[in-house]
Amino acid sequence: MTQYTAKDFKKGQPRWCPGCGDHFFLASLHKAMAEIGIPPYETAVISGIGCSSRLPYYMNTYAMQTIHGRAAAIATGCKVANPDITVWQISGDGDGLAIGGNHYIHAIRRNIDLNMILLNNRIYGLTKGQYSPTSPRGFVSKSSPYGTVEDPFHPAELCFGARGRFFARCVATDAEGTVDVLKAAAAHKGASVVEVLQNCVIFNNGTHDYVYNKEGRAKHAIYVEHGKPLIFGENREYGLVQEGFGLKVVKIGENGITEKDILVHDAHCEDNTLQLKLALMEGPDFPVALGVIRDVEAPTYETAVADQIEEIKGKKPYHNFQELLMTNDTWEVK
Amino acid sequence: MAENMEVKELDEVVVRFSGDSGDGMQLAGNIFSNVSATVGNDICTFPDYPADIRAPQGSLTGVSGFQVHVGADKVFTPGDLCDVLVAMNPAALKTQYKFAKKTACIIIDTDCFKQADLDKAEFKTNDPIAEMGIKQDVIAAPISQMVKDCLADSGMDNKSMLKCRNMFAVGLVCWLFGRDLHAAETFLREKFAKKPAVAESNIKVLHAGYDYGHNTHSSVNHTYRIESHAKTPGRYMDISGNKATAYGFIAAAEKAGLKLFLGSYPITPATDVLHELSKHKSLGVTTMQCEDEISGCASSIGAAFAGALAVTSTSGPGICLKSEAMNLAVITELPLVVLDVQRGGPSTGLPTKSEQTDLLQALFGRNGESPMPVIAATSPTNCFDAAYAACKMALEHMTPVVLMTDAFIANGSAAWRLPNLDEYPEIRPPYVTPEMKEGYAPYHRNPDTGVRYWARPGQEGFTHILGGLEKDSDTGAISTDPENHNLMCRLRAEKVAKIPVPDVNVLGRADDADLLIVGFGGTYGHLYTAMDEMNKAGHKVALAHFSYINPLPKNTAEVLRRYKKVVVAEQNMGQFAAYLRMKVDGFVPYQFNQVKGQPFVVSELVAAFEEILNK
Repeated sequence: MTQYTAKDFKKGQPRWCPGCGDHFFLASLHKAMAEIGIPPYETAVISGIGCSSRLPYYMNTYAMQTIHGRAAAIATGCKVANPDITVWQISGDGDGLAIGGNHYIHAIRRNIDLNMILLNNRIYGLTKGQYSPTSPRGFVSKSSPYGTVEDPFHPAELCFGARGRFFARCVATDAEGTVDVLKAAAAHKGASVVEVLQNCVIFNNGTHDYVYNKEGRAKHAIYVEHGKPLIFGENREYGLVQEGFGLKVVKIGENGITEKDILVHDAHCEDNTLQLKLALMEGPDFPVALGVIRDVEAPTYETAVADQIEEIKGKKPYHNFQELLMTNDTWEVK
Repeated sequence: MAENMEVKELDEVVVRFSGDSGDGMQLAGNIFSNVSATVGNDICTFPDYPADIRAPQGSLTGVSGFQVHVGADKVFTPGDLCDVLVAMNPAALKTQYKFAKKTACIIIDTDCFKQADLDKAEFKTNDPIAEMGIKQDVIAAPISQMVKDCLADSGMDNKSMLKCRNMFAVGLVCWLFGRDLHAAETFLREKFAKKPAVAESNIKVLHAGYDYGHNTHSSVNHTYRIESHAKTPGRYMDISGNKATAYGFIAAAEKAGLKLFLGSYPITPATDVLHELSKHKSLGVTTMQCEDEISGCASSIGAAFAGALAVTSTSGPGICLKSEAMNLAVITELPLVVLDVQRGGPSTGLPTKSEQTDLLQALFGRNGESPMPVIAATSPTNCFDAAYAACKMALEHMTPVVLMTDAFIANGSAAWRLPNLDEYPEIRPPYVTPEMKEGYAPYHRNPDTGVRYWARPGQEGFTHILGGLEKDSDTGAISTDPENHNLMCRLRAEKVAKIPVPDVNVLGRADDADLLIVGFGGTYGHLYTAMDEMNKAGHKVALAHFSYINPLPKNTAEVLRRYKKVVVAEQNMGQFAAYLRMKVDGFVPYQFNQVKGQPFVVSELVAAFEEILNK
């Protein structure tokens, strides 16, 4: 097997603004792909429209930058038509959750084996600064000078609501964390949603400041790992426990709490209730969850399609066009 | 009862079955056409059904009709008016009587002509025959009661028994035309293969209807016989346009050695193509019922990128939704067939009715310079050849192609001589070859055809990016260079313009016509019949009927200029005429336009064309 390096997947000179989170993510994607080891020519990267959707131009793979919102639908067709190709779908929060929301949820529901990357900067960058479906209520932008009067989507809720089997989150500047979740997403058979928290330096600078640098993440993020207790904090002094219908942050060593009392993460649990609670955590009361939050295997759509074709081939007596014709009522004219 | 029965030999006959939407008239018509085709008659059918999910029972809006034209020789239309009208309830009689000839025989179920039924159909008196001034023979039979008597021992409930009424009507019509019931029995046993009791009940009622006619001779003084004249020898089947279209896609995929992928969203009247293709998984056909029309087209583009023969099927409103994605296929130069089974518009319009009003949308309904080939099928059976041609064109010229049919030919059916795939032309997509690896770029073209080469994911050495942004003609990189954009617009247009299409044939009095009729797509049968009748009446008329709309046949201008008078007849407000005027300098035709959602009426065409001849 050929060993690939990040360079094998690299192409061109990115045109994003200096400091844009997309640069960091792209570097991690190249690195992750090299480590995953699928050849560039068996990889397809498909995006929609927006700043982040320029990404396929910097991939030395098969690639298509399509039209606004349709990346998930086009990626779906590509994967179903040729399941041997590893397909990455790249969208921003506008492309994936606004204009493309319908395709996004249905690709997840069908469980197409796509790696669905959602670069979430909570803003429309390419059209120069309008609020997006992930902008918080009250957000002031060029199209909401007095603040928005609508609530945002939480990508995780959409994913889970669409019966998603894989959800992970990373921060664009966190190369290690990003590479880890990308590899996990690729390893997962089915629709793998990865929310990438990404900063727009021009129109929404600082939106993820809370967790955007290492120090911030040490204080305000929790790296979840299947089978490991949900512990976080600069000195790993905090943990999560279940209380009533919710989660609660506790300090280890206080009130008789020991590590043994801390909830152990189960990404493979079919029931997504606690996984959703993890995914929805936000400051200041809770840490932001990073890593693979849900990872449950289920049959993929394209495999089921191929299996059904094979099954019916075995059952039906006709296998080419001439034979198909003869399944009809016909008569002879002499 | 008529004492002396006479058997009338006819060259052709038109039967119209009509009743409430729930009366099974479509099935009745299907069975009769099938029976007729089996004995070697030519057939042409026209289902005419309401758009309502279920209009109130017995109401005027809930009437469903199915017209069958049976001929000893070739028949090209379902016929203007019928020789036999079956009206299962008063609403059917009231709304369908206008389709009956003055000499027609009318069959009614008297059990469904009670006061309540008459009220629903808004009759003012209790004698609908007199109220409507009907002078024709009427076979007034207590069909419902006879059906119930016939099935009394079956153990079926009242409602289930009455569901078989339609078979009584079929039996009666079969007697009228001296049809053997064997083919109908076979049809029913296959249709109800999983419910043999239902099949046998229907067959019993079918025979009861036949016997009723035979025993009573009804109230007609003659029955009919339609001989079968020589047709091209071969094996035949009855096929609808939608089924023929689906078969065309399957045949093209097999010929090209590619997987067939259909991305679609249900929409009347195109859904049957999705249904048909979904059945044939044993041929490796992949169908996806997508979340919306956009995804139907977008997933197909993804499949084309991956290397499949990609098709998306829809009707006019779906084309509106797909148009942005269709443009992506234009600029990425990926093969894609977009099927538009036209219906009445604008907006939701008349979903179950037929028009040719999407022509300009197909040609021009997209942003930017967006050249796209357009092919229009001319009859139910021609849908097969048109679908095959559309696939071949898309694959060999790396372009989206719009295949236009319409509700009339899509739902209508005709006898079809089974094709031999060996006789169809090869399909050879312009795949990349290993020696192209060096310096490959996606928009390098064959210098003769202007077609780019097709590299598919999985092929080493050909990784590339396609996309909706304009690309450099050489490197394939994003380019906003004005000269490059100008060049790319021209290259895309030239590629389409260079696609070879067959010349348009001039039919009829090609050498000395005083009037040339011009049409396109699904009106062929009516226009041909109008021309034929006029020529038989001593006029000199010719027909140029177009299937290839973009690019137009090379002889188009020459043909249009050859005749003194030209009339463009189409089921829209003049879209094809406008297009031809744009393409042929100085061309000013007469126009015949109807937008009624119904097929042309041959007698109306003849009258209009005669008026033009007299000008």
